Formats: sequence, structure tokens, C-alpha cells
Amino acid sequence: MRQLSFSEATLEAMSEEMERDERVFLLGEDISRQGGIFGQFKGLPQKFGIERVRDTPISETAIVGAAIGAALAGMRPVADMHFADFIGVCMDEVFNQMAKIRYMTGAQCKVPLVLRAPDGIIRSAAAQHSQSVEAWFMHIPGIKVVIPSNPADAKGLLKAAIRSDDPVLFFEHKVLFPMKGPVPDGEHLVPIGKANVARTGKDVTIVSYSLMMHRALEAADTLAAEGIQAECIDLRTISPIDKETVFESVRKTKRLVIVHEAVKQGGVGAELSALVAEEMIDWLDAPIRRLGAPFVPVPFSPALEKLVKISAEDIAKTVKEICR
Amino acid sequence: MAYKKDFLQNLYRTMVRIRLFEEKVNECFLGGELPGFVHLYIGEEAIATGLLVELKKDDYITSTHRGHGHCIAKGAKIKPMMAEIFGKATGYCKGKGGSMHIADFSVGMLGANGVVGGGINLAVGAALAAKMKKSGQVAVTFFGDGGANRGTVHEGMNMAAIWKLPVIFVCEFNQYASTTPSSYGTAVPDVAIRAQGYGMPSAIVDGNNVFAVNEASKKALAYVRAGKGPYMLEFKTYRIKGHFVGDPEMYRTKQEVQEHFEKNDPLKNFVKDVLSKKMMSQKEMNAIHAEVEQEVISSVEDARTDPYPADSELFNDYYVEGGVK
Repeated sequence: MRQLSFSEATLEAMSEEMERDERVFLLGEDISRQGGIFGQFKGLPQKFGIERVRDTPISETAIVGAAIGAALAGMRPVADMHFADFIGVCMDEVFNQMAKIRYMTGAQCKVPLVLRAPDGIIRSAAAQHSQSVEAWFMHIPGIKVVIPSNPADAKGLLKAAIRSDDPVLFFEHKVLFPMKGPVPDGEHLVPIGKANVARTGKDVTIVSYSLMMHRALEAADTLAAEGIQAECIDLRTISPIDKETVFESVRKTKRLVIVHEAVKQGGVGAELSALVAEEMIDWLDAPIRRLGAPFVPVPFSPALEKLVKISAEDIAKTVKEICR
Repeated sequence: MAYKKDFLQNLYRTMVRIRLFEEKVNECFLGGELPGFVHLYIGEEAIATGLLVELKKDDYITSTHRGHGHCIAKGAKIKPMMAEIFGKATGYCKGKGGSMHIADFSVGMLGANGVVGGGINLAVGAALAAKMKKSGQVAVTFFGDGGANRGTVHEGMNMAAIWKLPVIFVCEFNQYASTTPSSYGTAVPDVAIRAQGYGMPSAIVDGNNVFAVNEASKKALAYVRAGKGPYMLEFKTYRIKGHFVGDPEMYRTKQEVQEHFEKNDPLKNFVKDVLSKKMMSQKEMNAIHAEVEQEVISSVEDARTDPYPADSELFNDYYVEGGVK
């Protein structure tokens, strides 16, 4: 299969969807003249014009507010948040307007809107440019939250998000942008809300998503060499969360480790462990373990930054602790 | 200025409809019949009426927490509005929104908004969609002197200006931001001066005079419809009622309110003006008043007996596809 980078895959998704549906347009900071700060929009303005690939002022509140208004008026906007960290600037638009307007108006409207949010730790970007904030949004009814780990899923999920009549937050880890992987030719859609069993195994279930999925798979390789067969599940969507796929795996392996780059406290791992504990604790042969960042802002200095990152070794070590 | 008879009747009917609707809501709230809380538009009727009469059905508006008047003037029906305020299944939002989220998308009313300044950029976006689709629609967004201090207004005005969007920013300067006098909370006496900062024309108008509102609105609309970009209108008015029904109003005197009501009541002024110029007769007005009164009374009678939403409605109207149950 052909190899594309994560950003090329998202670019292909954007291009195909903009060609397919003229209501789809992009807006955000530095996307047209610059092609996106990670090059993820390169070539789109040449193809679709600067009206549909629209540079905005640095006005996150107006970007998201206007995207919602345009969606209400029949368009299908994709708004780029530059860095996921900046969603805080326009939080009212996200959680009071975008997420609620359909429900509050008794379904008089739809909000077909995608917010793309590059997140995660990269090259000492420090505390305001390194966060993984996905868990905030699984606490808000009315939004779907997608967080792919590889180019094929990125393409398929972005296309699905653009076609969704519900607002979707699309988190993309900054480290993933240049990462290459196989992407099927032709139309490729990945359903929102469906996890992927990325590797099968019988001894332990490792659940992750986004960049940490790669660490989980590396850990599974190491563990296999030591005789532990880890099943790796890529959540891909965290709201709605595909608990059935996780439950099915845990029924088989009876052990669960959840891994994410975001802080452990109040994270996706907390929700998922609670679901497993509530609904299938009798199936477990060992305590659930969560791996996430310590409860501290992401520090600047590389010497400190590395202390908040989860490595494949950390994951393998944790798995071995519960597989003894 | 000569006005056609049906236009005058229309203005009067809308203003009376808003006034009587709000008085009835006030009464029902004080009677303990209404859940939540309500913010009344009494004293500001001339603005929604004089401006929105010039909009087409498919033009957009976004409103505020004080949105009943905008809703009525944009052409929403009284009955589903009242039912919504009662929290009934027959309401515009099936009882899921209430007074602060009342909306009627079928007439371009994209919703009241519980967040001050929350509707501004929704209108900017609707105007952007109109421009991209070349549909000729315009958007009007309402906010108060309180809302004028939200960053959303400033980001929205700048964005609308650089893209020359067909949107009118309407400040209903009613002197109070919740309980805080604008003389304390707003750095300038006229917020329209801020339009200059975004290269946008503006006008400051007597918001208690429906004819003045209408003339200024026509001018603004002509500018916006011509594709010249956004426009700001500041209508000076006065909030006759408290911030919400039940507001103890510790921040102003009864005398102040009384003086304003006597001098600046837009409805009373309209009646006086129109009668003295013999543009309408008392008899005509009485007929309209009686008709509207009946309409409002029957909306309450219906709302009282209409069903509440069923339990099974809880998860409806939520996600379009799938969702969590």
C-alpha cells in the first residue's frame, strides 16, 4: 500500500471533501498564505481559493463563533485551532454554543463543524503549546471527540468528521504530522465512535490513542519477546467511547492498562477504568493500571520535559507488574 | 415622512404584541407558574420593531438573554414561544431551551443566548455563509451596553470588517449591564464610537422612537445589502424592568424608572405621535390591541394545559448521528 505522512493524509481528506461538497471550507490562523504551521494545508488555497481556505485574524473566539454561525446557515466549516492549547480562548463558543445549540433549540438546527486541534508535546514547546486536552471535551455532551494515531485513520476519520452533522473535535498530535504510514487508495472512511484492535493478544489489554498508541505497540513488541501477548486497542474516538471493544478484549485478557500523554488525573483513563470497574470488575485478574503524565504543567527544559512523557519502557514495565 | 397605513398598523401590532406578551410573562412568573427565570424587553420594543420590520424572512438574527421581543419582531409565533417559556413539549424548542434559548430557525431567528455576547459571532458566521453563497441575506446581531464590553463583540466587528460581511451590530443601550450602570462599567458614553476602531460606519439613534429606529435601520441595511461591509447601530433606550423578573433593583431608584417610563415609553410615545398626526385612529388601535390581547391570553391558556415533554424526550434532539444513551 502507498505510504503517506499523517499531514498528507489529512490534506488528502480535506481536498477530497472540499471537492465533493462546496459547502466545506476551512478557516484559521496561518492556513492560507502559510499553508498551516505544520504544512497541513499546503496547496489547498491554490486548488480551492482563499475564500474557501480562509486566513483569519488571531481571534479564536470569532473563528469558532463564526464557524458555528456558518454551520447554522448551511455551510460545513472546518476551523483550525492552531494549537489545541488555544481552545481555552474560545471555550464558551465550544461548550456553550457549539455543543448545546442543537439540543437547546429542540433540534431546529445542525452544527456540522469540525475543529482541528494540534496537540501534544513537541520539542520543548512548553506549558502553553504542549497540552493534551482531549479529556475536557469528553465531559461535554453534544460534541464528538476524535483522536487518530496514524495516517490512514487520520484521513478516514477527518472525512467522516467533515461529513458528520454533529460538531467534532479532531485532535492531531504534532509529532504525528510527518509520520508515514500506509493509506488505502480511493475512498477511505473510518467510522466515528469505533475503536480499532491494532494488535491481538491474550494476556493483557493495552488501550491508548494518538501518539501514545505507537509507544503501546512498541511495548507490545518488547513484551512479546518476553512471552507476554498484549492486545492493543486504539480508541480513535474518545466520545462517544467504544467501551464494547474494550470490554470484549478485557473479557479475554482479564488485565487492563490505559495509556495517554495527557495528565493522568481526570483523564480518559479515569473514565475508562471506571467503566470497566463498574461493569465488569469480576472479569479482572489484576488491578487496572493507568499511565499518564504527572499532575504538573509541561515544563520547558528538555531535562524536565522528558520526565512527563510516557515511554514504551514505562508501558512494558507496568504491564509486567500486573502480569506476574 | 409619510407612512402607509398597513406599515403603521404593523409597527403598532408588533410593539403591542411584545408589550402584552412580556406583561403576561411577568404576571405568570410572579404567579409562580414559570420555571427558570425571565428577562423582559419592556421599554425597548421600538428597537426590535423598527429594525426587524425591514428584514426579509430568510435574513438572520441572533439575540440575547432578553430575546422575546426580537423573536416576536422577526415573525415568531406567540403560542410556541409562550409554551417554550412554560417548558412545554409544544414550545419552539420542545421545552429544552426556555426563555433564554428561544429560537425559530424557520424565520431566521437563530436563538436567544444565555451568554452575554454569545450570539455575536454566530451572526458574523451566518453573514459569512450568506456572502460565500451569494444569497443576498444579511445578519443582525443584538447586544446591550453590557455585551458591548465582551471581547466577542470586538473580535466579531474586526472579522466582519476585514471580510466586508453583511452584518449589522446592534447595541441596545439600555443603561444597565445586569445591575451595573453603564456610566460605571463602560468607558465611553456612546459605544458606537468603537465602530471607528474597525473602520465601520455607525449611528446613534433614539431607540425609544420607532420611526427614528426604522429610518436608521433602512440606511444601515442599504449599506450592508450593497456589500459595503458591516454597520453598527446604537439605540439609546432604557430598561424599564429589572434585569430579571424578581430583581430587587438595589442599584436604582423607583423614581428614576418612573421618570423614564413617563418620558420615554416607546409605545406611549408612538400612540401619542400617531394619534396627534392622525396617522391612525384610536379605534384602529383599540381593535389591534384587543386582538393581540386575546392572542396572548389564549397562548397562556394553551401553555398551561399543554403537556410537558415526555421522559423519552431526554435524549432526543441531541446528536444527529448516534450519541450516548
